[in-house]
Amino acid sequence: MSDIIRLSAAELGEKIAAGELSSVDATQAHLDRIAAVDGDVHAFLHVNEHALAAAAEVDARRAAGEQLGPIAGVPLAIKDVLVTTDQPSTSGSKILEGYMSPFDATVVARSRAAGLVPLGKTNMDEFAMGSSTEHSAYGPTRNPWDLDRIPGGSGGGSAAAVAAFEAPLALGSDTGGSIRQPAHVTGTVGIKPTYGGVSRYGAIALASSLDQVGPVTRTVLDSGLLHDVIGGHDPKDSTSLTDEWPSFAAAAREGASGEVLKGLKVGVIRELPDSGFQAGVAASFHASLELMQKHGAEIVEISAPHFEYGVAAYYLILPAEASSNLAKFDSVRFGMRVTPSGAPTVEDVMSATREAGFGPEVKRRIILGTYALSAGYYDAYYGSAQKVRTLIQRDFDAAFGEVDVIATPSAPTTAFRIGEKIDDPLQMYLNDLTTIPANLAGVPGISIPSGLADEDGLPVGIQFLAPAREDARLYRVGAALEAALLDSWGGPLLDKAPALGGDR
Amino acid sequence: MAAAKLMDYDKALELFEPVLGFEVHVELNTRTKMFSDAPNPANDEFHGAEPNTLIAPVDLGLPGSLPVVNETAVRSSISLGLALGCSIAPSSRFARKNYFYPDLGKNYQISQYDEPIAFEGSVEVELEDGTLVTIPIERAHMEEDAGKLTHMGGATGRIQGAEYSLVDYNRAGVPLVEIVTKPIFGTEHRAPEVAKAYVQTIRDIVRALGISEARLERGNLRCDANVSLRPRGQEKLGTRTETKNVNSMRSVERAVRYEIQRQAQILADGGTIVQETRHWHEDTGVTSPGRPKSDADDYRYFPEPDLLPVQPAPELIEQLRAALPEQPVARRRRLMAEWGFTDLEFQDVRNGGLLDEVEATIAAGASPAAARKWWTGEITRIANAQERDAALLVSPADVAALQQLVAAGTLTDKLARQVLEGVIAGEGTPQEVVDARGLAVVSDDGALVAAIDDALAAQPDVLAKIQDGKVQAAGAIIGAVMKAMKGQADAARVRELILERAAQ
Amino acid sequence: MLARIQLTDDEVTSLTGQLDAIVDNIAKVSEVATPEVPATSHPIALSNVFRPDEVGQTLTLEQTLKNAPDAADGRFRVTAILGEEQ
Ligand SMILES: [Mg+2]
Ligand SMILES: [Zn+2]
Repeated sequence: MSDIIRLSAAELGEKIAAGELSSVDATQAHLDRIAAVDGDVHAFLHVNEHALAAAAEVDARRAAGEQLGPIAGVPLAIKDVLVTTDQPSTSGSKILEGYMSPFDATVVARSRAAGLVPLGKTNMDEFAMGSSTEHSAYGPTRNPWDLDRIPGGSGGGSAAAVAAFEAPLALGSDTGGSIRQPAHVTGTVGIKPTYGGVSRYGAIALASSLDQVGPVTRTVLDSGLLHDVIGGHDPKDSTSLTDEWPSFAAAAREGASGEVLKGLKVGVIRELPDSGFQAGVAASFHASLELMQKHGAEIVEISAPHFEYGVAAYYLILPAEASSNLAKFDSVRFGMRVTPSGAPTVEDVMSATREAGFGPEVKRRIILGTYALSAGYYDAYYGSAQKVRTLIQRDFDAAFGEVDVIATPSAPTTAFRIGEKIDDPLQMYLNDLTTIPANLAGVPGISIPSGLADEDGLPVGIQFLAPAREDARLYRVGAALEAALLDSWGGPLLDKAPALGGDR
Repeated sequence: MAAAKLMDYDKALELFEPVLGFEVHVELNTRTKMFSDAPNPANDEFHGAEPNTLIAPVDLGLPGSLPVVNETAVRSSISLGLALGCSIAPSSRFARKNYFYPDLGKNYQISQYDEPIAFEGSVEVELEDGTLVTIPIERAHMEEDAGKLTHMGGATGRIQGAEYSLVDYNRAGVPLVEIVTKPIFGTEHRAPEVAKAYVQTIRDIVRALGISEARLERGNLRCDANVSLRPRGQEKLGTRTETKNVNSMRSVERAVRYEIQRQAQILADGGTIVQETRHWHEDTGVTSPGRPKSDADDYRYFPEPDLLPVQPAPELIEQLRAALPEQPVARRRRLMAEWGFTDLEFQDVRNGGLLDEVEATIAAGASPAAARKWWTGEITRIANAQERDAALLVSPADVAALQQLVAAGTLTDKLARQVLEGVIAGEGTPQEVVDARGLAVVSDDGALVAAIDDALAAQPDVLAKIQDGKVQAAGAIIGAVMKAMKGQADAARVRELILERAAQ
Repeated sequence: MLARIQLTDDEVTSLTGQLDAIVDNIAKVSEVATPEVPATSHPIALSNVFRPDEVGQTLTLEQTLKNAPDAADGRFRVTAILGEEQ
């Protein structure tokens, strides 16, 4: 395996800046890797035929003396939920097969401007509905740690691409855990920023009040570098915050220096007992807490009595908003059209198209959401669920009065087998138990690898949550724990992953 | 459409009390749309654009697109709310009204539901005989217009029998304010007249505010008229119908009258009124049944998660209140006093919708009598002949300039009418038309004298009569001279000169 | 039907069962969603987010119609419409 693909984005960026490596070299190495292993992993739905040209252009910009940012020239994988002008955008759905957007998502446009090289579009559960990427209309992505297992979801493609060294950086989106839970099961890093911290413009909407775009990487610093590129106010997204954000890369560097854990108050939630987690997940979580304690952190038990209502509230809000957001896929202006035989009316055409174009999970949620919004039910359903958001926010407010960050395991179990839970939506929904509250409350969350579960040798992640707008705190804490863990492991966790494809 | 059986109008009023209600949609004339920065076709500058050329991504509901509220549209809506005597909500919000229809890019309309921007007002309207009627306003809310469908194939160009339809989304997203009245009681036999006066008043208000082009024939103002009847002495309201597609003041009046007669006949025959939308047919003067109102009208409203509450500062509201123009009734009373017209003359102007034009023409230097004469006379005649809006034909400044040419003796009335035609035909200002067409009165006495001498020489008998003191005989010479001068002479001057020449 | 999806009988059967999940969720949230708790519609409260009334870049007709399943005469084409405008 080429050394180039093992480099972090920060290292690649430095080498490219120093002239030791060109962006074309870096991009070619990753394209080679994709060619070698993606047949097995299936992280990509589309590999960008313009990638080398884009890389050459970055090299030319640099040669012309343009001042470029720290990760200019580094390849970037893009979750297919984000629209792109140079590649199709399908959101993992048949109904959008071949769709070409006339505009770039803001995060994509900012990435291009910063000299990142779009490498391809990554696989995902259809319209980001799922926790396993099994609901992609284009077939599942496989976990690089065990090809029979799921890579998490909905952003399984982005996480797997990064974990399989097919890309150093990826973009994801997180509505209930779709960045953090895949990070957990693939041994990678993922951040859901504060709601409004990163523009949603050009992210194909699932649930507008929950969706947030964020970085997917192998190191905390790389996430900070990418977050610095994509974040900040965007007038095209009304919910975008106007805050001046600090550099998250700087925060990560500060965290890695070690002092951050001294005196840090880390909250653990009383209402999330170990019994709710796979043994190896709970054990890895506690080991991380102990390591943090060893570095001077204080573990404080806090109460978040309303977290347990999060999943129920989430599965009222999400289908409701999704049913409305997905109404636009009607075969009139874009996307698939299925015309039934006979003399169909446009109503018949729309119904037939949506029947054929949407997968079962999407239909399920649209129907549930339509029902939840129907006359007479709104107050009881959507309205009540929004009250739970208030209660969860209050839990967070109270907790953050006592602690600096809250820590939880990122998900209840390690990667399960493909097909294992696909017929049991309720089991599937519980995957997002610990990640959902952050989306409901709008606060930021990070998942970093905490180790491997004893019983199956699969990766486990630890999640940290911080108050809204305190994303930098997550980078400091995440990078501090990451540094301590790397020390104890003697190298990155991903070094323990089995070899793939061409390496076998 | 077969005409329904109609009860005699007076008989209907004897048996039933009509209760009215109106929903008027006003298209705002902002430069851009409600939620996108595409040009607004309801602004004169962009009217008439080719189909689908005034389009931003959100107008098509493209994947990833997001709405952003137009600040000017909000201010216009507040102004309109204030002009309707409404309270302005300290906090209002947008909601999604979900229904599938091909003219809706997103398959939901962004509107306002439980929290409209303006509520609880009233507006005074004046009937032609000066009677004042107070119309109670329930609410005024902001929303977006839908695209335009053209039904192709089939005989009628109507939806029934069409083979297919074409969709133009230029109008999708045009800012609308929907004004909803409370039930209007006590209009009795004047109900149709009140309906017309109400729409006229709304038009006067939005014109005076300058927030809409306010042209009914273009759909800038659209009225849905609700009519119900209840038997004399009954408390409970009858079932109402909602007549749509009423596109002129006169139609509003006729449609209300028609519905009263139609419903009365049904009720008197022991039938029941179906709650439904009905369509007004301008050509035949009848309404036909449309879509029944039913449980299917489940719009699944919920707060628009992509947009935030509108919370206008009290200072802004007061600033807009201070800038409000005169109320139409007050204005009419002032103008009547200033202009010194008779009641009949004033009604002529008002019913022609020409108050603004006459006022502006007077402001530009014409006398009230002349301004009225031009607008209600020649300009209205041409407008009717061309089936266009008088206000669109010619500007008040041009009319004033034309009148000044008459007053200065440059043009006779007859010549002035020719010049007006030139101005309307787009040949330029009155002066430019005079110059280009060479229409000015021949004020060169030399040319006139030559023509007079010729005419006198040709008709020596007439000359003799004049010299005999039979001055009226000069008419024959005047006619001959005017003919020779192709009408471009001032008849009074010609007469003077004839008498002078005859005396020599 | 409101969601405008032509479902097969099997799908209807399985979905009907899953409506129970919604009912369970509603029972769960009802335990705490009492009248005095205000609803949160946006996780981070903002207000008065407006755009200046200035014309931006529009899509070309080609861009507008690029993904259209069917178009004619510069417009999107659909088969006959049964229902009426709302
Ligand atoms: Mg209405
Ligand atoms: Zn409306």
